[in-house]
Order: sequence, then C-alpha cells, then structure tokens
Amino acid sequence: MTDDRAGEVAATPADLELDCRGMLCPLPVIELARHHTEVAVGGLVALVTTDVAAATDVPAWCRMRDQEYAGAEAAPDGAVRHLVRRLS
Amino acid sequence: MSNASGASAGTPSGYLDAASSEPLHPAARDVLSAALERGYADPRRLHGPGRDARLLLDNARAVVAEALGVRADEVTFTSSGTEAVHRGLLGLARARERAGRRLPHSAVEHSAVLHAARWGGDPVELPVDRRGRVRMAALAEEVAAPGTAVLALQSANHEVGTVQPVAEAAAAASASGVPVFVDACASMGRLPLPEGWDAVAGSAHKWGGPAGVGVLVVRKGTWWVNPFPGDDRVDERAGGFENVPAALAAAAALRAVVAERDGVGARQRALVDRVRAAAAAVADVEVVGDPIDRLPHLVTFSCLYVDGEALVTGLDRRGFGVASGSACTSSTLTPSRVLEAMGVLTHGNVRVSLTRSTSEAEVDGFLAALPDVVGDLRAEVGL
Repeated sequence: MTDDRAGEVAATPADLELDCRGMLCPLPVIELARHHTEVAVGGLVALVTTDVAAATDVPAWCRMRDQEYAGAEAAPDGAVRHLVRRLS
Repeated sequence: MSNASGASAGTPSGYLDAASSEPLHPAARDVLSAALERGYADPRRLHGPGRDARLLLDNARAVVAEALGVRADEVTFTSSGTEAVHRGLLGLARARERAGRRLPHSAVEHSAVLHAARWGGDPVELPVDRRGRVRMAALAEEVAAPGTAVLALQSANHEVGTVQPVAEAAAAASASGVPVFVDACASMGRLPLPEGWDAVAGSAHKWGGPAGVGVLVVRKGTWWVNPFPGDDRVDERAGGFENVPAALAAAAALRAVVAERDGVGARQRALVDRVRAAAAAVADVEVVGDPIDRLPHLVTFSCLYVDGEALVTGLDRRGFGVASGSACTSSTLTPSRVLEAMGVLTHGNVRVSLTRSTSEAEVDGFLAALPDVVGDLRAEVGL
C-alpha cells in the first residue's frame, strides 16, 4: 500500500496564519508588520507567500525589527510558509 | 584643463545615477569633436587619413595605459564594457580549456559576468557576507578545486559599492595556477586598479567617456585565446572597426578623472557619508554595503514597506534621478541578486550615485525630499 502523504511534511502549528499568495513585494512584509502583534510575545506567525523576494525580505524584516525568523517550509501548493516568532 | 568642481553644462541637477552612466566629462567633449573630424579613416590603411586614425588610436591606447598604470600593448578597445567582460573572461577560460570549465565567481558579479560564465563554462557561485564582500574561505576552497579554469571577481560592487579583496583572492588563485578576471567597470578611473588580475574590463560611460567604448586589459604574458571569431584589426584581441574618436574621448576622460580623483573622491566620500547618516536616521531604513572600504561615489539603502518603483517615481517627481535594485523596478520582476546574496532588504531599495559635479545643495535637496517621499508612501499603506 502506498502512503498518500509520502514526502509531505506536517506544517508547523502557528498562532496566526497570513495568506499572502499572489502578493508582490512589499505587500507580504506590510501584512506581517500590520498583523504580527496579534499574537502574544513568543507566539508564532506563519506568512504564506508566492513572492520570491519574501525569502530575503522576511528574514531582513525580522533582523531590522528585532523579531526572530524561525525558518521556512513548503506549503502543499508550492508556496513558501515563512515562520516568524514575535519577540517584542 | 577643466574645473573639477564646476558643474557640467547640460547635466540636470538632481541626476544621482552616475553609476548607471556618468555625464560626458568636459575633457572628453572637447577631444571628441576634434577627433570626429580627424579619426574617420580605417586605422589599418597606409594612406594619410588612415595613418591619422591609427595615430589617434595608438594615442588613445597610450593614454589609457598611462592612466591605469599598465602597458599600452595590454590595452584593447571594445564596443562596450559588456564586450570587454565577455572577451576578458571567456578568453582566459578558452586558454584554460585543458584545465577544466569551472568558473568560480562572487554571487554579486554584474550580469555580464554571470551570462558569460554560463555561456562559456560551469559557473560556481561564491557566497558574500552581509556587506557584499566575497567570503575568502569559500573562494580559496573553490579556486583550489580540480577543473577550475578562471576566477572572476569584481573590483567593487556596482550596486552597493563594497570593494572586493581582489589581491587576496588573486593570491589564493595563483597558488592553484588559476588566472583572475576582474570586472572593474564600477571602479575604473575612480579607484586605482587592484593588484593580482590577469585580465580586467572597464566601461567608458561609467567614468565620463562616451558610451560604446569598453576597455579590456590583458596582462602581458597571460595566456588568452580569442573566444569569438577572429578579425584582422590593429589589435588581435579586438573585433570590428574601432570607434577611434570615441576611444580617444574615453581616454581623455579617463586621464582627467584619474588626475582629479583625489579631490573629487574626497568630496564625494564626504557627501556619501552625509547621505548614509541621513538615510539611516529615517525610521526603518537600512544603509547597505561596506561603510568604509567602498566606491567613493555610491551609496545604497532600503526602506521598509515601500515599493521601489513608487520610490523612484516619487523622487523623480521631485527632480531626483536614482536607481533601484527592487524587484518591481527590474524587467524580470525578480529582486536584485546582489541584495539577495547579501541577505538585505530587497524592496524599497535606492542607489544614489554622485557625478563629479554633484553639489552639496543637490545632495541636501535629495535628503530633504527623501523622508517626505518615504513617509507619503508608507502613509498610503497605513504604516
């Protein structure tokens, strides 16, 4: 029997999911800035993007705003799910 | 001799994009009109006008050689900086066919280098640090790897201004017998050539010469094989009929730029420091590139939450012409590979580059407009 979920990795649970598919830079980062304070300090925000610039801009935003970039994972449709932990 | 601090006639104030193209230097303008009268003939012909053209071409070569501190027979004029890059890198690679096809290059090279490397070999990307400087440990490892043909490393980065450690890189490459190609298009005339190159390329319109002239210098004794169909010109490394008047004008501009670079460079560095401080003082703006070891005339910063195209347009509306490495300002809608490789913000990016006559008042005007333009764009998105 084949496993339907072969190769699929379970998404890391996040406290807030921001679907930014189809948005071009700088919109995904603007969404992140607008909404990340909706989670408690220590909480995790997932930003799902199709914009190639987000791979550079989300970690750069975290560095500039003193937040933690907690990595990226692939969404099932090929979009990238960036994880950001609120530190302040 | 022209006045180094005098504004060039015809350059609108607020043009802050010299790194894309420097306005024609007054020394080039005078030479160009005279040479257009005299330099029309084929420099290979044995008649009077041919000898005249040959004289002008040889003179251009000698002037460029002197300005760069190289031998005249090492200098070739090409039809652009891109062609000089292609001939320089690919000619070294062709001569190294038996050694292999690997072409390590920094991740922040100009696209002319990247396209040439893909066309003529197997490119190997070398990482850079946050300031855009190539990581020497990775470079040393890759140049020593078997099958390496040529190392390509720019003299200084065209987008963020960071100077590359060419001499150190060349020492590593030379230990493995790997020749070094240096793309010096961003720095030629503005900074002395670094040590250690085997071939180097420059572009006249970036130092105030006319467009359509590139310079390729191949070190005497370096093994270089024409990567393109040959030609029967004065110079074996060249292809096509030389643009003699433009080459002479480019040479005159280079000589003038080198003669005045200490003064102009010091003035530009002071203005760039002012831009760096003022841009960094705007909220959520990051100035990128090395703060000290850098090109004198160029500074780059990125503004959070701002669309690069809107920023360029907003500044243009206020009379300031700048470039941007943001995705929305590129034809491919991909962000600047330079900013990406450095890991710095790619959106809201602005590159300011000063011409030799950019005044303090122009820079102050730009710095007064910047916070307003950024603030207006952020207000539009509620930030």
